Amino acid sequence: MREITYAQAINEALRECMKEDERVVLLGEDIGLYGGIFQVTAGLLDEFGEERVIDTPIAEAGFVGAGVGAALTGMRPVVEVMFIDFTTVCMDMIINQMAKIHYMFGGQGRVPIVLRVNIGAGRGTAAQHSQSFHALFMHIPGLYVVAPSTPYDAKGLMIEAIKNDNPVIFVEHKKLYVEKGPVPEESYIIPFGQADIKRKGSDITIVATHAMVLRSLKAAEEVAKEGIDVEVVDPRTLTPFDKVTILESVKKTGRLLVADEGHKSCGVAAEISAMVAEEGIFDLKAPVVRVCSPDTPIPFSPPLEQAYVPDVKDLLSAIKHLMEYA
Amino acid sequence: MEIKKKKLVELYTTMLKIRLFEERVIDLYARGLIPGLAHLYIGEEAVAAGICGVLRENDYITSTHRGHGHVIAKGAELKPMMAELFGKKTGYCKGKGGSMHIADMEIGILGANGIAGGGIPIAVGAGMSAKWRGTDQVTACFFGDDASNNGTFHEGLNLASLYRLPVIFVCENNQYGISVGQKKQRLIQDIAIRATSYDMPGIIVDGNDVVEVYEASLKAMKRAMAGEGPTLIECKTYRWRGHHEGDPNQGRRYRTTEEIDSWKKEDPIKRMAAKLIADKVLTKKKMDDLKNQVLEEIEQAVIFANESEFPTIEEMYEDVYIYGDRA
Repeated sequence: MREITYAQAINEALRECMKEDERVVLLGEDIGLYGGIFQVTAGLLDEFGEERVIDTPIAEAGFVGAGVGAALTGMRPVVEVMFIDFTTVCMDMIINQMAKIHYMFGGQGRVPIVLRVNIGAGRGTAAQHSQSFHALFMHIPGLYVVAPSTPYDAKGLMIEAIKNDNPVIFVEHKKLYVEKGPVPEESYIIPFGQADIKRKGSDITIVATHAMVLRSLKAAEEVAKEGIDVEVVDPRTLTPFDKVTILESVKKTGRLLVADEGHKSCGVAAEISAMVAEEGIFDLKAPVVRVCSPDTPIPFSPPLEQAYVPDVKDLLSAIKHLMEYA
Repeated sequence: MEIKKKKLVELYTTMLKIRLFEERVIDLYARGLIPGLAHLYIGEEAVAAGICGVLRENDYITSTHRGHGHVIAKGAELKPMMAELFGKKTGYCKGKGGSMHIADMEIGILGANGIAGGGIPIAVGAGMSAKWRGTDQVTACFFGDDASNNGTFHEGLNLASLYRLPVIFVCENNQYGISVGQKKQRLIQDIAIRATSYDMPGIIVDGNDVVEVYEASLKAMKRAMAGEGPTLIECKTYRWRGHHEGDPNQGRRYRTTEEIDSWKKEDPIKRMAAKLIADKVLTKKKMDDLKNQVLEEIEQAVIFANESEFPTIEEMYEDVYIYGDRA
């Protein structure tokens, strides 16, 4: 199969959906002429014109809210907020409006909007352009939260996100945009709520998201040399969440490591750990370990940032620690 | 401008319906039948009636926490409305929204909104949507004076102007942002001048004169439908009650009885009634009949709300997400 990048895979999903459905329109900062800060929307302005690919002013509450209004009245907007960090200035539109409209109005109205954001540190952009607070959206009922780790998943999940009638926070990862992988040329959907086992193993379950999936696979190869057999499970969507696959994996391995690039406290890993504690604790033979970002803002200085981002080294020491429990 | 007699009676009736509905709400709230918050619109009826008086059924509105008037003027039915205020399952929102969140997608009510300025970007999006879909639908966006100090107002007006959207921005200047008066909110006297920054007409009207509001709305509507873009209409008015029914002494902590009484003399309904009688559009007798009809409709709504069931606990978990057939 041909290989394309994660950014190209999302681009292809957008293009296919725009070709198929006139209601699909794009809004966001620098998504037109510039092609998007990470080139995810490259070429779409030329192909679909400025009626459907709109370079908005830097007014997140305005254009994200406009996306909500457009979705509510029959469109299917895909709105890009340049960095997840910038969603803080339009949080009302996300939390109080798009997430709640359908419920608050008693099942009236649909808000089929996709809000594209990205997370991930490691690019020297400090505390306001590198955060990974996607867990925040998991806390809000009414939103779906999608977290692709591969080009294949990114395309199939994006097509599903656009066709879905609910508001979707589509969380991309900056460090993954250039990663290549096999992606079918035809259109396909990955249903929400289906985790994917990225590597089968019997000793430890690593539930990993985004770039932590790749890092976990590398760590798994590393420890395989020592005879440790790691299973890597990627939830792919955080809401809805596939508990079954994770609990089954934990039942098999008895050891759980959760790896997510968000802060450790109240994060994705905290939620998954709590879920396993509630529903699978008797399958565990070791305490749950979380590998996450520290509970500090993201520092600028390169050695500090390098230490900040959870990486293969952190995973290796967590794996070794878990294997101390028989 | 010559307005047909039928339209004048319609504007009057709408105002009367809002007033009498809310007077009943005062009583029901005091009796504990309406839980939560009730932000009343009494005194401001001419704004909703005048603006919505030009809208068609498929035109849109976005409303506010003080939304009863807007939705009644847009054509909401009183039975599901009252039931919603009671928290009953027969309400517009199955009892999940309450007073601050009445919506009726069938007639373009995109929802009352509990966040000041929250509806403004949504109205902009409805305007963009009408353009994308190639319809001539117009969106009227209601908000208060203090919401014009919110970022969403400035972002929304800029976007609507930039894309020449068919949106009518309706600022209901009732003189107070909750308890904070005009002079403590901003230095400019008139919010309408803010339209200049966004290259759109900014019109000031007497918000207690339904005909003046209607005429301004009609002009804005024509401009919107001609593809010329949005208009900002500032309606100077006053809320007679407190910010909500629980506001101590109906808002006399931050305003005087004299001030309230002076605005009551500008009662939009009395003014319109006097005009209709003077112009021989309606007789006193006809007016009394109208009032009795409206009161009966409200009575039926209260009976309906009272007799309706509360939602079951299971229903709490419904409508969080949409499943099944896709739109």
